[in-house]
Amino acid sequence: MANRFEPVIAAFCCHYCSYTAADMAGSMRLSYPPNVHIIRVPCSGKVDAIHIMKAFEKGADGVYVAGCLEGDCHFKNGNVRAGRRVEYVKKLLDEIGIGGERLEMITMSAGMGELFARTASDFTEKIRKEGPNPVKSLPGAAVRSAAG
Amino acid sequence: MITAERKPMEEIMGYVEPCQRILLVGCNECVTVCAAGGRKEVGLLSSALQMAFMKSGKVLQVKELTLERQCDPEYVEELVREIDGVDAVLSMACGCGVQEIARRFRDKPVFPAVNTSFMGASERQGVWAERCQGCGNCVLGLTGGICPIARCSKRLLNGPCGGSTGGKCEISPDVDCAWHLIWERMKALGMEKSYEQVMPARDWRTSRDGGPRKIVREDLAL
Repeated sequence: MANRFEPVIAAFCCHYCSYTAADMAGSMRLSYPPNVHIIRVPCSGKVDAIHIMKAFEKGADGVYVAGCLEGDCHFKNGNVRAGRRVEYVKKLLDEIGIGGERLEMITMSAGMGELFARTASDFTEKIRKEGPNPVKSLPGAAVRSAAG
Repeated sequence: MITAERKPMEEIMGYVEPCQRILLVGCNECVTVCAAGGRKEVGLLSSALQMAFMKSGKVLQVKELTLERQCDPEYVEELVREIDGVDAVLSMACGCGVQEIARRFRDKPVFPAVNTSFMGASERQGVWAERCQGCGNCVLGLTGGICPIARCSKRLLNGPCGGSTGGKCEISPDVDCAWHLIWERMKALGMEKSYEQVMPARDWRTSRDGGPRKIVREDLAL
């Protein structure tokens, strides 16, 4: 177990739903893996393709975008837009051999603390099975991160 | 605007595969509007290329730059400061931009990262449709502002063919029959009479049939 791969997961979480759901998970004393690094965004629609690509470039093994349930977006349809962008980036990741399965769009409401914790655990396990992001273990990656 | 779409990654990677350092150049004009080759797409392609090559253990250095217009020599001149030391230029502009860089920097290979598609308009967010073929002899004044050259599959000049059904073209139910649109528009404008005006055979020399075209304006010469 000493060498167990611990994936780095970047989770772009909407302020109005999944970020609050993470809070809820905390209040409910539900634990979820520390592998998940939450990035709070004002709306999942704020997450652009380049943000996701940069996360992978800088060494994330998996990324998910968590937005509101369909029809519940605070900004009307930011979550739907985010979903379409995620699909676009998944295809691009497949094209360059990183693998689109390392990226997911997830929806939940602010009250779904339990779902937040379960999603974080399930996604972490899924990426653990996928293995490390093929980019980050390479010499070039070290040079790039050293260069900032 | 001139519309374009990014080429498949495999083709782009094939171009730059022998290179260690490339200059990736976007354009702030049409390809920015159709989200194919502006600053944002330059960042995305740069990231994708670097990751794709890193996967095979290769570090590809990518310098990113987006010019105001890649089809104008004065803007392309800005590359003088950036081009030294790169093995090739990868352009995300339309074919005009790619060729302008190739003309200015004769000792540097220039590769296209997008397929230039057509001159079109935005139908809605994320959808562009062909509207003009640059035939050099505009008939929009006679056709209610709807172009039969660009929008009729057969480029007919005098009404629809037998393949027009329910306002759609026979090539696809997704394609409007241009002449149906023209007739509806003329009816709405009360211009049915001009529909009866027969258009004579066209002189296509103003279009591509006359060879590569050029506009010379002596009054603007410096």
